[in-house]
Amino acid sequence: MPARPVKAQRNTANLFDAAGSYATYVIAVADAELRKLRHDPWELFSRAIQPLLWLVLFGEVMAQVRGLSAGTGRYIDYLAPGILAQSVLFVSIFYGISAIWERDLGVLHRYMVSPAPRSALVIGKAISSSARALSQALVVYLCAAGLGVALSLAPSHILAVILLIALGSGLFSTFSLIIACIVKTRERFMGIGQVLTMPIFFASNAIYPLSLMPGWLKAVSSFNPLTYEVDGLRAMMLSGHASVFGLGFDFAALAVTQALLIAVATFFYPRLTE
Amino acid sequence: MAQGPAPPALAPAGGAVVETFALTRRFGAVVAVDGVSLSIAVGEIFGLIGANGAGKTTLIKMLTTMLRPTSGRATVAGFDIATQAGEVRKRIGYVPQLLSADRELTGEENLMLSARLYLIPRAERARRVAEALAMMGLTEVRHRLARDYSGGMLRRLEIAQSMLHRPIVFFMDEPTVGLDPAGRHTVWELVRQLRREANAAVVVTTHYMDEAEELCDRIAILHSGKLVAIGTAAELRARAGVGTLDEAFVALAGSESETSGGYRHAREARQSAAEHG
Repeated sequence: MPARPVKAQRNTANLFDAAGSYATYVIAVADAELRKLRHDPWELFSRAIQPLLWLVLFGEVMAQVRGLSAGTGRYIDYLAPGILAQSVLFVSIFYGISAIWERDLGVLHRYMVSPAPRSALVIGKAISSSARALSQALVVYLCAAGLGVALSLAPSHILAVILLIALGSGLFSTFSLIIACIVKTRERFMGIGQVLTMPIFFASNAIYPLSLMPGWLKAVSSFNPLTYEVDGLRAMMLSGHASVFGLGFDFAALAVTQALLIAVATFFYPRLTE
Repeated sequence: MAQGPAPPALAPAGGAVVETFALTRRFGAVVAVDGVSLSIAVGEIFGLIGANGAGKTTLIKMLTTMLRPTSGRATVAGFDIATQAGEVRKRIGYVPQLLSADRELTGEENLMLSARLYLIPRAERARRVAEALAMMGLTEVRHRLARDYSGGMLRRLEIAQSMLHRPIVFFMDEPTVGLDPAGRHTVWELVRQLRREANAAVVVTTHYMDEAEELCDRIAILHSGKLVAIGTAAELRARAGVGTLDEAFVALAGSESETSGGYRHAREARQSAAEHG
């Protein structure tokens, strides 16, 4: 019966076509965002200052405090992955404001009347946020190297760091997009963005170990994706550090959260132009 | 002035490209579009006029699938706007009231973005983008950022973006707002060209009666969300028993409605005008 393989072949071809179309939509959005960044890269330079200050000023002072680094290592080593995760968080958490800005200008309407699936638009935006965040990683690596942090430069570790940052940034930028779709105005968004950033940062293992936290805060931290991002980064960025939760668990926690947030954002995003 | 093939003056029986049936949208207690039924023919230039808050933009948002109707239904290019939105989106071009060109991208990059969003095959993208730039007279400035374009250039870029995938219906929400007379005439000529070359229908909202009279085959007047009159400019004037379309509008739509406009509309209209001007 020749009909069956032909049909199967056609189905496979359709599947490839659909995947190709989906990829084109995602690339369209991500490419446009990255081109904008290339036209005006100053934002990246100014954003690089904050992680430098944290590492140099905060890191140097807090290194004098005993017991902070949860182990025998130096505090600056312990801190560097936390500051990397923090700068990724700060870059990503305000990303949603650009969606409000685009809605106010009218650019968002152009995406919403196009045949691109809403999930492809959300993923394209998340990828562009990840690319921004990776530039932060470069700054933190250079600075950490300058401060004598024991960085691991094994290619597989660097690849894992890139993936962790991409997931972390994608996740927090998608979260930010959801907030933007709910609050809808720039003023309200700025207020909420400020309120959210600090709890996410402090209720995590970014600058001190979970073991120092009171029980309730430890519980909150265990639901915070940043905790798993930092845990993974610590294991992959430094030589001789092991993951507390297991690298597989860190990745799974981030990937599942990202997938959930994309689903929620896909629902809310079109509401922004209503 | 060069006119395309004579379009049908009355709503056609068969060749409708937009049809609405008691289309209604409520926002809380406000009925923004109230039971609108109309039919727009293939190749027709159709004007929607009405005061701010009359429901023009809400109607366009529903027809372009950005907003779901509360009740009633509509088809665009033969597909239902609520249940087949994806099919509708592939076949329409939209020029919004606000800016749709990204100011931080060059003209050419804006067009490449649209080419990808409408899945124009890679082999054809460059050629279609170059054609659109040439048709809009933007070839020289294609590598400049859109934020450095004049108001007229921006509008032409936005029309170019909306036509790359060769839609059969265009929706243009106040396409000439904030333009000088020369810019307005250029937009009118482009609208006629879209009809002539692609036999596309063009749905235009406008505040300007002279524009509606000059450009549109038929005109619908919206007032407080309701369709109060529809016909050619001559028919509307005759029906109101007055000499100008301005007077016909006042006679048919009544006085300024209490719910029309408001701060947000004023801000948006002026912001848009400022960005284009």
